[in-house]
Amino acid sequence: MTTVHTLRIDGADVAASDGQSILAVATENGIDIPTMCHLDGLSDTASCRLCLVEVAGSNKLTPACTTLVTEGMDITTTSEQLTEYRRTITEMLFLERNHICAICVANNHCELQDLAEKLQIDHFELPVINPSVGIDASHPLFAIDHNRCIMCQRCVRVCAEIEGAFTWGVMGSGIAERVVTDMGTPWGESPTCTSCGKCVQVCPTGALFENGRSIAEGSKAQRPFLPFLKRLGEGLEQT
Amino acid sequence: MTKPTLATIWLDGCSGCHMSFLDMDERLFDIAERADIVYSPLIDVKAYPEHVDFCLVEGAVSSEDDLRKILHVRQRTGTLISFGDCAVTANVPAMRNPIGVQPLLDRAYIENVTINPGIPVSVVPKLLAMARPVHRVVKVDVYLPGCPPSADLIYQSLVDLLAGRTPDTHGARFGR
Repeated sequence: MTTVHTLRIDGADVAASDGQSILAVATENGIDIPTMCHLDGLSDTASCRLCLVEVAGSNKLTPACTTLVTEGMDITTTSEQLTEYRRTITEMLFLERNHICAICVANNHCELQDLAEKLQIDHFELPVINPSVGIDASHPLFAIDHNRCIMCQRCVRVCAEIEGAFTWGVMGSGIAERVVTDMGTPWGESPTCTSCGKCVQVCPTGALFENGRSIAEGSKAQRPFLPFLKRLGEGLEQT
Repeated sequence: MTKPTLATIWLDGCSGCHMSFLDMDERLFDIAERADIVYSPLIDVKAYPEHVDFCLVEGAVSSEDDLRKILHVRQRTGTLISFGDCAVTANVPAMRNPIGVQPLLDRAYIENVTINPGIPVSVVPKLLAMARPVHRVVKVDVYLPGCPPSADLIYQSLVDLLAGRTPDTHGARFGR
């Protein structure tokens, strides 16, 4: 038997099942919490910090994607302070690498761009870094441009959890953190990559793309063979 | 009653934002009704007037010439508007920032050149170490992102500004 919890989100009483995350309950109830690293069908890591919410009685902010609901929780998803934090986080996502929307393969099909528009970010207050970061175009079908990577690690998770190949990993820390294939082996020489393209499909920005896609095409080819996305489309329960 | 004055300047950008300005088409007549356009690459005036109410700035601040211009314009302008992604984020001109000025010039003017290789030292202005967004150099009052900002956004923002209102830039977006 499932235990049902009652709690409050933004002043409204809602019901939730035991084991549900704040994010899942909010989404069920039509309450929009911005996310970036979260993707339905993959595990959550709370790495982007955009879904931070306030929980009454706690003096720290808590990520909605990885926090499970408890009885009587009182959650605030939108406040002036939260909006300010989310704007700053989004600025940091942009400024940590080189995002040049106008010449990006994902221009106008980019979740980071969408987020900036939604938060009405029309310029960046934080200083520009413009780090020197590379591109790995050694794979015959795909390429990664680290200039556009926001370290959401969706590629790492989809590769491990759905494809089961464990090609993608993370190397370095802080500003030097990068997603890497096979411990830093060039992607084209990867003995584990199955070339399934799931990482390209789940990438929210133009970091992962198909070789030969030009800026003018501005989108990634849809890959209907991604079974978990197909299941989601059919509204089936995720396990 | 005298009309507010409007200027536009062009720093390190491709002029696409000015093209988008021209894309206002017949609405340019309406803008001309609401404001006197006193200085712009699009009109034949050589010197920036003593005082201008509104100025659209296209492009990043990349060279000594850009820097001189923007300092001069800021001093003489009421409301300064960062006009397009190059002014707002440094955009494409900033692609050179991770490379550094000297390796960039060497690559462009020496390594890949077969006839008379050499870095130009006269006439063309010296590059600054970094191409920077306008607001990292001088105070900016309004931001119009977009590459380029759409004619609709430019028109609506100018109408609001010229009427003394804060423009609603909802729906403006980097890139696009």
